[in-house]
Amino acid sequence: MRPVFFVLSFLVVISLGFWAYRENYATQAALRDMGRLQDEIAGLREALTLQRAEWAYLNRPERLRELATLNFDRLGLLPLEPTQFGAAAQISYPMPTLLPMDDFPDITDPVDVTGQITDELAPSPVDGQFP
Amino acid sequence: MIRTPLRPLARILSARQKGENPDTIERENLRLRHEEIRDKSRARAEVRLLFLSMGFLAAFLTIGTRMGMLAATEPAEPRSAAAGAQILATRADITDRNGRILATNMQTYALYAQPRDMVDPGRVARELARIFPEIDPIALERRLTDGRTFLWIRRVMSPEQMQRVHEIGDPGLLFGPREMRLYPNGTLAAHVLGGASFGAEGVSSAEVIGTAGIEKALDARLRDPAQAGAPLQLSIDLTLQAAVEEILGTGKTMLNAKGAAAILMDVKTGEILSLASLPAFDPNDRPNPLVKGDPGDSPLFNRAVQGVYELGSTFKIFTVANALNLGLLEPETMVDANAPRKWGRFTIREFQNKNYGPLLSVNDVIAKSSNVGTANIALMVGAERQAAFFQSLGFFEPTQLELVEAPGARPIVPKKWPDITTITTSYGHGISASPMHLAVAYAAIANGGVKVTPTLLHGGVPQNGPRVMSEETALASVRMLRSVVESGTATLADVPGYQVAGKTGTAEKPNAQGGYDEDKVVNTFASLFPADDPRYVLVVTLDEPVETSGSEPRRTAGWTAVPVAGEIIRRVAPLMGLRPVVEPPPVDELTAVSN
Repeated sequence: MRPVFFVLSFLVVISLGFWAYRENYATQAALRDMGRLQDEIAGLREALTLQRAEWAYLNRPERLRELATLNFDRLGLLPLEPTQFGAAAQISYPMPTLLPMDDFPDITDPVDVTGQITDELAPSPVDGQFP
Repeated sequence: MIRTPLRPLARILSARQKGENPDTIERENLRLRHEEIRDKSRARAEVRLLFLSMGFLAAFLTIGTRMGMLAATEPAEPRSAAAGAQILATRADITDRNGRILATNMQTYALYAQPRDMVDPGRVARELARIFPEIDPIALERRLTDGRTFLWIRRVMSPEQMQRVHEIGDPGLLFGPREMRLYPNGTLAAHVLGGASFGAEGVSSAEVIGTAGIEKALDARLRDPAQAGAPLQLSIDLTLQAAVEEILGTGKTMLNAKGAAAILMDVKTGEILSLASLPAFDPNDRPNPLVKGDPGDSPLFNRAVQGVYELGSTFKIFTVANALNLGLLEPETMVDANAPRKWGRFTIREFQNKNYGPLLSVNDVIAKSSNVGTANIALMVGAERQAAFFQSLGFFEPTQLELVEAPGARPIVPKKWPDITTITTSYGHGISASPMHLAVAYAAIANGGVKVTPTLLHGGVPQNGPRVMSEETALASVRMLRSVVESGTATLADVPGYQVAGKTGTAEKPNAQGGYDEDKVVNTFASLFPADDPRYVLVVTLDEPVETSGSEPRRTAGWTAVPVAGEIIRRVAPLMGLRPVVEPPPVDELTAVSN
């Protein structure tokens, strides 16, 4: 019985030593990895700060004003005017669809229409509603 | 264990034969046995004590060694700590009220030399002078060869310059990392931000300290490691600031002014939305203060906060408001305004020697800006009450703005108040204050008579300051100011839809001889809008403007500061989301027309 116990405890000591050896190196590797990651985070933070600064520099009001002037042909940007405020009541309701467009076939060919042209005006929508 | 018997038979028998007492043998044996037991237990205790002392020794040795190691080795950051809890050593950013960056940090490098390691100081000096034009190669070579071991060459440099220094390839040239303050918007809000420079410098890092403006006033907050990473949010709005500076700059150029200042302030919270002073400077490259001449001519001078001027007729509303508050007058009361008025050896005249009298309603005293009418009202109020009212509006103390320049801008107040001082101060002469003081006083009128403290920090809540006048007085004063813009001296600022109310002020500048220069004036327009529910105060000041579109040069505020202020309000009010109250244009109504 005793020799078995000795052999077993020897094996346990050996395996614990092996485990501790592995853990030690794994910990050191993890710490190295962490240091590297923290360096990377610091670098990225620095880059982020720089990019924020560059964003602020490129979006400085003076430059945006110059760009708006240079590209006036395409953009037509002007300073906000007091007259550009509107009231909700000034927005018209969406026009009601005149025809059920969903199941209407595509018209690709000319259509024959018969009738006569008169001076009488077709009814037009008033405030988006037909009388 | 073999036990020795206490009474061995052989010894007992022989003792009995000899006639001795056998009990002595037993006692002897008992004694021996006890001694043996004692020796054994002592040995065991000694071993135990030895073990115990060895244990203690080991423990103390471990602790001592650890302490020694901690004391003797370089400190290291705990590497396994969770990210996010680290202390940032960088200076906090400054942003506007919407989070747009006004000041931030940038990583750069400083250049220093260790001449002992230098291979060819002459060549290094020549090459460095080619990279950095401000370096004198001969002086630098002399300093590199005079035996010193360390020399700073440049505080900051661009990556391109650093690469070129690398290409010199001399081992005596070394770089130290630096955090550098960067103001991406250039001259925008320069007087608010101030500037920063390096404090204590080391090879591996340098301290960044504020030199002026809010950078210096709130230096401790910006450098606080506990709050690092949390940007300092100002009440300034970058968009408004840009618009105000643009219009003010145009106005300054068109009116040939020496300088200009504008303050836009929220009357409920006291937040300064825009604070501009022209000419401005670039805080990235802060110029040196003037060594001779008037410091007020330097672009570093903040005219809105530091500029202490006689603000002229803008003060008239305070005199009238005081009289209304004391119940001496009603807005429709007729007062004596017969000009010119003699007071002792002084004569009080109106602008261009006009006479608005003999009687003028209080409302028209303000609308027409009558000096004589205001003087008579001031005499009704009396010196003591007038001084007390000015004091309650804050004209006796520097403003509490978060700028390092603010506490130094002490208003110039007359020491004594004889009647002539009462008269002149009633229309803003003989008392000097900064445009910021004026903005605070007008904000008290606009805020229903409750004084507000100006602030440059975001997050202001409606202030519950001391009441300086009744609500009715404030309302009546706003109405009078509105009539100035509707039909008085400031009609050019009547922006449709925003019901601007305000008062003009034209003050001749005192000259070195003790008199006043007629062709050098400070024009001020203090306004509040919209008049039916005042929310913002705008003060525009122009230094020595002249309007030359007419046949003769015009120097009154109505022709200079007022149109500039009107244009600022027209541009800025929509940006603040202020909806104009405009008479609705005639809608295309359905009219019944018969065919």
